Parts: sequence; structure tokens; C-alpha cells
Amino acid sequence: MIKIELKLFVTLSRYLPDNSGSLEIPEGTTVEKLIFDVGIPKELVKLIFINGKKQNRSYQLKNNDRVGLFPPVGGG
Amino acid sequence: MGASMGTSKIEERYDRNFNTLSLEEQKTLGTSKVVVIGLGGLGGSVCEMLARVGIGHLTLIDGDVFEASNLNRQLLSEERLIGFPKAQAAKNRVNAINSEVKVRYFIEYLDESNLYERIKDADVVMDCLDSIDTRFKLQKSAQQASIPIVSGAIAGVAGQVTTIFPDDKGYELIYGKKGRKQPKGVETRTGNIAYCAFFVAALQSSECLKVLLDRGDILRNKLLIAELWTNTFDIMDLV
Repeated sequence: MIKIELKLFVTLSRYLPDNSGSLEIPEGTTVEKLIFDVGIPKELVKLIFINGKKQNRSYQLKNNDRVGLFPPVGGG
Repeated sequence: MGASMGTSKIEERYDRNFNTLSLEEQKTLGTSKVVVIGLGGLGGSVCEMLARVGIGHLTLIDGDVFEASNLNRQLLSEERLIGFPKAQAAKNRVNAINSEVKVRYFIEYLDESNLYERIKDADVVMDCLDSIDTRFKLQKSAQQASIPIVSGAIAGVAGQVTTIFPDDKGYELIYGKKGRKQPKGVETRTGNIAYCAFFVAALQSSECLKVLLDRGDILRNKLLIAELWTNTFDIMDLV
């Protein structure tokens, strides 16, 4: 198992699991799988940031990664 | 002081801008041309700040009129202005603050047919739109005209800001490849809170000045993200 920090923003925050600051997940978990496991409808996720850099859903998570997920924000 | 203020010397009006800005920089702002597209929560506050800081030429565009649901956050909205065009209210406000600003305003929505024409002479375009679809159209026109865009977007108490130069991928990095019709953002469900709109508008105004003055750190290929419930303020690399 590895540990990651997960942040969910705006409308995604309702899916935030307990222990999101130090979430245990199996080694080799992709962002896609994480989104599924946390129970977020995948179409709601627009932007994925790992350690402050944009990544895609196939990114394999590593120990101590900081993960941020965003919905589309377009208001003015 | 009243009406005589319009003839003030630059040193008087902008006294408190110095020496954060130099006189030379202040003069540069005075000859700069900025277009503000969308005059709602973001655009209204952007107008206010750009007028006060001393941008010399503003083009203000929005096809909408004020309604009651704007009063919670839109700086230019007032009860007596319900039904009044936002672009005209913006012009009036800018000139009430700073009669030295040359203002053009257009009560119209923008699309492929008029975007290029409206922005082509600008130094910077401020994207204060509420439609992801129109943002992509704006980027196409701004690329044709070789003009940088400072873009803000808000939902609830979250916001994001980026600056897009003509060679950059821009919105594609944020919203994904442009589909035939972009879905609306989550702001349709969260609404928008006044202080978040003002905050993101302030960040946009700051980016605008930095681009015009070629100074400081610009959010090029970066997305500044803020979320105010959690005091999250991060700058993310988009490439």
C-alpha cells in the first residue's frame, strides 16, 4: 500500500473520503481507478493535478503524491 | 474637488500608485488598450480596478442587462439599474471614476462574426465570460489578432486564473479539447459569491498590468486555483 494526499474541489468535495490527508491505496493505482474507488462520477472530473502539475487519468500514483481533482469551472 | 479632477496632472491622480508603479509605467498604462469581455461578476470589478489604476483605453462589451439575481455579486449592478445594459453601466462607472479613460462600449454578445473586429486593436483582452464555449471562440480570435488573454473563471467560492499568449494551447489545457458544444461549468449549481468574484477579478487585473508592463511573474501555462472554504491557493503547471 502507498499513501497519498487527496484534495477535491468545489462540487467534488462531497466525495472526499475520511483520511484524505493520508489516504491508503494499493500500489499501482491509477488516477482513473482512484476516481472510481472514491465514487466520483468520472464525467465530473475535468482537471487532475499531481504535485502541482497537470496529469491525465492513466497516471500511476506514487507514495506521498499530492492529488487535486477539479470539476469544470466557467462562471464569470 | 468635483469636476476639475478631470484635468488633474497624472502625478496627482496616481500619487498613491507611486512608487509601486513608476511614472514611466503609469504613462505606459495610460496609452494601453484593454478589452473587457463579459461585465458580470468578474468583468464589473475588473472595469473598476483597471479604471482606477489608470488604463487609458477600455472597450467594454456585454449584451446583457442587469437583473435582480446579479445584485449578490456584480459590482456594477444596483437596484435602480435592473433592466439597464451592463455595458452602458460599465461605461458610466468608469468615467465617473476616471474621466480621462477613453471608453468604447458595445451592448452585444460576441461570436465568430464580431470577436476579431472588437479585439483586434487591444494590447490585452480580459476574459470575464460565463460560457466555456465562447471562451474557445475568443481564444481563436485572439490568436488571429496576436493578443494575450487574461482569463478568470469562478464557481461558488472557487476560482481560477490563467494568462494565454497567442502561441499557447490555452483553454484546451483547462477544459479539454473543444467539442462541438462545451458543457456549462459547475457554477450553474454553485452560483457565485461576491467576495470570490471580486478576488478573482483582482487577480485578473494584476495579471493584466504585469502583461502590459512586462513585469513580475505571469501565469503563462499555469493555472492559479483558489478555494476559499479551505484557504487553498495553488499555482498549477498546465504543461
